[in-house]
Amino acid sequence: MARTSLGFLALAVVLLFVADIEISTSDPWTEFGRMALGVVTPDFTATESLFEAILMTLAFALVGVALANVFGFMLALAFHYRVVRVGCAFIRAIHELFWALIFLQIFGLSPLTGVLAIAIPYSGIIAKVYSEIMEEADQSPLRVIPAGTGNISTFLFARLPEAFAHFKNYSLYRLECGLRSSAVLGFVGLPTLGYHLESAFRQGHYSEVSALLILFYIIIATLRRWMHRKLLPLYLIGALFALPSSAGFSLDNIIRFLTSDIVPHPLRTAETIDTAALTAFWHWLTELFTTQALPGIANTLVLTMIALVGAGIGTLIFFPLISPKFFGPKGRTAGHVFLVVLRSTPEYILAYVFLQLWGPSMAPAIVALSLHNAAIIGHLIGRHTETLPLRADSAKGLNLYFWEALPRVYPQFLAFLFYRWEVILRETAILGILGIPTLGFFVDSAFADIRYDRALLLILITALLNIAVDTLSRMIRARLRLKTTLDHE
Amino acid sequence: MFRNIFMTAAMLLGLSAAAHADTFVFTAIPDEDESRLQTRFQKVATYLTKTLGVDVKFIPVKSYDAAVTAFRNDQVQLAWFGGLSGVRARRLVDGSKAIAQGYEDQFFVTYFIANASTGLNESKGFPMGIKDKTFTFGSKGSTSGRLMPEFHIRKELGGAPDKVFGRVGFSGDHSRTIALVQSGAYEVGATNYAVWENEVKAGKIDPSKVKVIWKTPAYPDYQWTIRGDVEKKFGAGFTEKVTQALLGMNDKDLLASFPRKSFVPASNADYQPIVDTGKSIGLID
Repeated sequence: MARTSLGFLALAVVLLFVADIEISTSDPWTEFGRMALGVVTPDFTATESLFEAILMTLAFALVGVALANVFGFMLALAFHYRVVRVGCAFIRAIHELFWALIFLQIFGLSPLTGVLAIAIPYSGIIAKVYSEIMEEADQSPLRVIPAGTGNISTFLFARLPEAFAHFKNYSLYRLECGLRSSAVLGFVGLPTLGYHLESAFRQGHYSEVSALLILFYIIIATLRRWMHRKLLPLYLIGALFALPSSAGFSLDNIIRFLTSDIVPHPLRTAETIDTAALTAFWHWLTELFTTQALPGIANTLVLTMIALVGAGIGTLIFFPLISPKFFGPKGRTAGHVFLVVLRSTPEYILAYVFLQLWGPSMAPAIVALSLHNAAIIGHLIGRHTETLPLRADSAKGLNLYFWEALPRVYPQFLAFLFYRWEVILRETAILGILGIPTLGFFVDSAFADIRYDRALLLILITALLNIAVDTLSRMIRARLRLKTTLDHE
Repeated sequence: MFRNIFMTAAMLLGLSAAAHADTFVFTAIPDEDESRLQTRFQKVATYLTKTLGVDVKFIPVKSYDAAVTAFRNDQVQLAWFGGLSGVRARRLVDGSKAIAQGYEDQFFVTYFIANASTGLNESKGFPMGIKDKTFTFGSKGSTSGRLMPEFHIRKELGGAPDKVFGRVGFSGDHSRTIALVQSGAYEVGATNYAVWENEVKAGKIDPSKVKVIWKTPAYPDYQWTIRGDVEKKFGAGFTEKVTQALLGMNDKDLLASFPRKSFVPASNADYQPIVDTGKSIGLID
């Protein structure tokens, strides 16, 4: 375990020399002054249709996560089929923003775009987690089942009840992620909080930004208070009525997208598929690979590896903040607020703040991704320490941290961190503003240029890279025998 | 619980399939002041409803390409596009026409702006001193923030932006470009002149920190584009009616949404220079 950790640390340090982290000094203070003023003067009246935006954020998240639960559960039951496993790995390898961009071409700004953009990747994630939960569930009820009991009865009465509590717990965590995703979908035009957040932030209306963020923090922080199972059907029906009636979609658009838009340009424009067309296609392909895919992969990996280690270091600092082993109730509340703020502020906004400070390079992206992910894993580990039994005469403070808490949570910490690896890889997608040409930057460019053929090929490459990292992460976890417990992603 | 979820899923699909009948829908690219966009453009929709005698609705979009996609998919029939996005939209929709442009759009310009730390000053010719500096464009699909500046950069500095600059970013927005160059996060940038002038008036620009170093030659920019098939839905002569309604819009309050002094006639041919420029730098296939 120590060797793996040091290996990753060494790799990150080496990559820091390769990475483009030049800091260009600048004069950020005017802009910082405005941001700071915005933080202390939140303006809740600046956003038009604010109530609607909150409602939409909740509605997309609720319906999307509910559908993902249904599909994910069904897929989990069939998870022993290789094709299901690979299929799930593939659909969750694509960032929800990319799903949204694809569906925007087909369905336009209809509620279906937002709901599917959440439901599809989440089904893939939930299928994986639920199947693991059922595998790891207590097997003892199975032993007392009379011989001759049917498969369905066995499943319903012996296996499901045990796993169900875990499902419930995990769904709640997924809903928090769903709310974040739902807000972020506003960046591409869906009418959620992110829509107004992005506009306000882009134009430097920081009082409006802070008001929107505060509302969002409140929604996330109070999730466990308002989300009860009994109220769920009510929420879902409400969500469906709240979703906008769409602008409609036509079959023609779907057919056009699938049979023409995504066909590589040289083949689409060729009269017949002959040698000339194939040569042109080959040139198109090699050009795309050498100028975009390869540099994109390199930059994405460098950024991901450094941010992964950064997130790890951050986690080790953050988790005591919410742990009862280190802080009293008041300190922990402050810790919770700090972590909710860090993990609910979109990485894009964090990155922009650091961009102002250090100028364009990979540095703002590394710090933004590290902090955001450290806050998420720190939260999970901090919660995990609540259940750690300590002896009455155990050490306190730093001694407790280094000699007891850290060694005991370390395997759990590594397991979560490796889980997060592929997530960090996906998140590098939305940091194009920093001028770092990651794969996501090129995907975004292809969509902006209305070149869906390129966009789709690059998304496929991104997905394959994601699956590769996920496989590697699983191998490392298996070798280190890190137990993949609940409440993770 | 599961039954509820299934029922809601079914309802969702049903809801989505219900298309709006015969509402004339328009959009505008997100460009300058996005605050209260819905409220401001609702007034334009009300004006058009009154003038055209059909139900007119505005839908907001988040990006240039989203505007083009909505136009292409017939979710909007009329759009206020930039030069490049308009050209792209018309290439994708047969028979679509540019019908009106802003008075200012006949001779639009891009400003190159630089942080004071660069020591660059305004020049008549292209500022060769920006070579190897850090540079930010606006949105990737913008005419004034991307297409035209990139064209001049390639022509004068003889290479793609990522080769001739120390670093290239896409701020995503004209105001953002100004903020980033003013703070020095990027040394040089290219921005829409109208946005610059507005921010100067609003007192958001500190002349000791950022200044204009070059103004590009003029080019045609924003315009109203309408789909070719609207007459099938809204009757013969509808295109002409819409054109007249736009040209006749002289309420200051309405024009301030764009913001333009007035609208003047335009045609697809007016935008040939944009098509040629787009092709020459590989932004249009």
